Amino acid sequence: MSVTLKINGETRTLDADPDSPLLWALRDELKLTGTKFGCGIAACGACTVHLDGMPIRSCQTSVGDLEGAEITTIEGIDSKAAEAVQTAWQELEVPQCGYCQSGQIMAATALLSETQKPTDEDIDAAMDGNVCRCATYARIRKAIHLASDKMEG
Amino acid sequence: MLHMLQKPLEAAQPSRRTFLKVSAGTIGGLVLAMNLPRAAASAAEGEFTQPFVHIRPDNTVVVLSKHLDKGQGTASGLSTLVADELDASWDQVRVDFAPSNPQLYANTMFGVQGTGGSTAMANSFMQYRQAGAAAKAMIVAAAAKDWGVPASEITVSGGVVSHGSGKSATLGELAGLAAGEEVPAEPVLKTPDQWVYIGKSFPRLDVKNKTFGAPGTYTMDFQRDGLLVATVARSPRFGGKVASFDAGEAMKVPGVVNVLQIANGVAVIAESTWPAIKGRSLLEIEWDDSEAETRSSDAMIAELKEMTAQPGIKVREDGDIDAALDASARVIEADFDFPFLAHGAMEPLDIALYFDGESAELWFGSQIQTIDHNVAAAVLGIPFQNVKINTLWAGGSFGRRAQADAHPVAEIASLAKAMQAAGMAAAPVKIVWTREDDMAGGYYRPMSAHRIRVGLDAAGNVTAFKYNIAAKSIVKGTPFEAMLMKDGVDHNMTEGAHDTSYAFPLMNMDQAYQETQVPVLWWRSVGHTHTAYVMETMIDRLAKEAGKDPVAYRLEMIRDDPRKANVLKLAAEKAGWDKPLADGRFRGVAVHKSFGSYVAEVAEVSFRDDGTVKVEKVTAAVDCGTPINPDNIVAQVEGGIGYGLGAILRNQVTLVDGVVEETNFDTYEPLRMSDMPEVEVHIVASNEPPTGIGEPGTPPIGPAVANAIAAAKGDWITSLPFSRTGVV
Repeated sequence: MSVTLKINGETRTLDADPDSPLLWALRDELKLTGTKFGCGIAACGACTVHLDGMPIRSCQTSVGDLEGAEITTIEGIDSKAAEAVQTAWQELEVPQCGYCQSGQIMAATALLSETQKPTDEDIDAAMDGNVCRCATYARIRKAIHLASDKMEG
Repeated sequence: MLHMLQKPLEAAQPSRRTFLKVSAGTIGGLVLAMNLPRAAASAAEGEFTQPFVHIRPDNTVVVLSKHLDKGQGTASGLSTLVADELDASWDQVRVDFAPSNPQLYANTMFGVQGTGGSTAMANSFMQYRQAGAAAKAMIVAAAAKDWGVPASEITVSGGVVSHGSGKSATLGELAGLAAGEEVPAEPVLKTPDQWVYIGKSFPRLDVKNKTFGAPGTYTMDFQRDGLLVATVARSPRFGGKVASFDAGEAMKVPGVVNVLQIANGVAVIAESTWPAIKGRSLLEIEWDDSEAETRSSDAMIAELKEMTAQPGIKVREDGDIDAALDASARVIEADFDFPFLAHGAMEPLDIALYFDGESAELWFGSQIQTIDHNVAAAVLGIPFQNVKINTLWAGGSFGRRAQADAHPVAEIASLAKAMQAAGMAAAPVKIVWTREDDMAGGYYRPMSAHRIRVGLDAAGNVTAFKYNIAAKSIVKGTPFEAMLMKDGVDHNMTEGAHDTSYAFPLMNMDQAYQETQVPVLWWRSVGHTHTAYVMETMIDRLAKEAGKDPVAYRLEMIRDDPRKANVLKLAAEKAGWDKPLADGRFRGVAVHKSFGSYVAEVAEVSFRDDGTVKVEKVTAAVDCGTPINPDNIVAQVEGGIGYGLGAILRNQVTLVDGVVEETNFDTYEPLRMSDMPEVEVHIVASNEPPTGIGEPGTPPIGPAVANAIAAAKGDWITSLPFSRTGVV
């Protein structure tokens, strides 16, 4: 079947198995490989993208359910929050292996778009679904606070 | 990861026959010396190309990293060494992974090209500095000739070559001329006071790409026209084989191209990833488990415990330990067991290959290129020089990509042969492992049992320390046996214990090897993952028996190990060890040497209302010799603590009738944001040669937390992970 939706602001028509997860449509059909495959069961957050601005796990979102949806991936984020997050990520040298970081950045951007001054508890709640096996968590936390300061300043 | 080697692997003669035993898990006779074209062979006009550094006319300095970077920062670290000696500007430096070529790019501690044992910086420190210094000398010599001035009057700074006469040029402008200069045999290195980058925190070269999801970084993202994607159904039991299979339903999935039996299972080949995954789920396979491991992990642990109750292979024998125990006033007994652990790198295993029948090209996060290269050539049946390996950034490894049997290479080569035999046109193919494949696929940190008997005199002083350990050996029966085992003893298993610097008057250590089809592998810090836990919780118990403070007692017992004592004192001081704790907080300490580096950690814990432990803060002190990039050292210790903490709290891989129970992050629950303690890292200033940093942060965290829990509860946890008790 074919599904028409907006991806990173562009209207795209995907010709895919309706059961196919959005993750694989993005990666294999559209070659948007910044969104990562980590677990396939929505337990790690590496595949996080935005659906109408909200963070979702693209590995558990079927293409067939996305007619008319607006999807944003790491390749397409350009909000004030995203810019602050990506600047903070580089300043604090957050990534190690880096494989989870697209998902971390998508989750952090969504958090800061909703809550401009998150507490540590807000960060725990928003980021607990995003696994980093290099355990860069301490820097992610610092970078979210730094990004928050940047958005203010 | 590989143990720090005492001697490099001796060059063995290549043997096709031995490579064909790949499916049996045996590889020998690595090809180490081939007449490969030098890296410089493809040099473009005006380009300077030496094995470790290229300087392009566009003024880019490209450092070739012989080591895989899987997040530990090595590629940037090696680039720093070259940039510093070359006096390049950091802005002009890029890094690429070196091709597979054991002649040029061997790890000098292994004798083969490979990354592990936290040796990357240690074995490259002089080599990459010399490469940078040689390049600078050649640039200066070229400028001197071009400008007609003495070389001694030329200076290089920030990538600019200049002379007092006003002449100046960039490195890139002089690259072509410098390429023709003689390579100095012994280039003069800077003294530490002349370093401009080494010892200072500077931005890593991979951070930007990893922050913007840049394409082409990881193997998972590999793209080529006509790329096929395959998944492989492997035996659910280790050592099982395909008896029969029905691919009828799988072949009906749109996008599935073919289903083929390969050496170790059944491969579903598709036009993209999703059909390959979906098609595989529809395969019907009968497995032959006649040679498979069918035991449950409880039975395997019981076997290990029995093995530790018997005399084993002598690892260390100071004297008659049983007599000393009999003569002691009291004997402390403790029995420990540790589970299998999966590495769980964020990027599951993956690999891509193009084989046209005569030559082959691979793309993946190759961690031991020389073994991978040999296995590819052997299984494909082509000469070594017809194989090209492109090493890509790896989304973590923690040891998982450093296989002694190169099984992902053997598997994809087997697939390529099967595709050829099936009459399929040559096409690039990528094998993707799902999380379940990766986690249930073995190559675990071995499960182990440890039996400790300590004799004390009437005053509580140690008179004898008897240590029996049993586990499957990681190196026995692999190409690493010759270099890592001596007189039948596997020191990978006992490192951190048999070589302890605690001054016991008498210590004996025996080991025994479990036989099982479950493949095992080095897991971030290898033997230290269990020995540090045993030694550091035992020392805490012994301090208590002696009525002494845990830090003071350790300092007494490591009196001949000043660097270890130094990090212990530093961590204790920074953690405020002598100051009272807030109500409801408890502290524990551990100190351990691994991979040449010393790390002490003080963990501060509290307990939630439901009685579970929360690690609030960890204060670490590290001595890894000369610090190259202090911020990267901090990052590795932070990460090493988090990696070890998740495992010790709640990770285990268990088997039921030989089948793995934990197959994804829902049941093998990794450390998450809300579990991560505040971490403070203090680095000891040092002029000693640099030693490891990727692994040494991991061993002390488990015992530090266990000791903090014991400070609260009075007892030490001896069966891991902590989730087996009520505290997690």
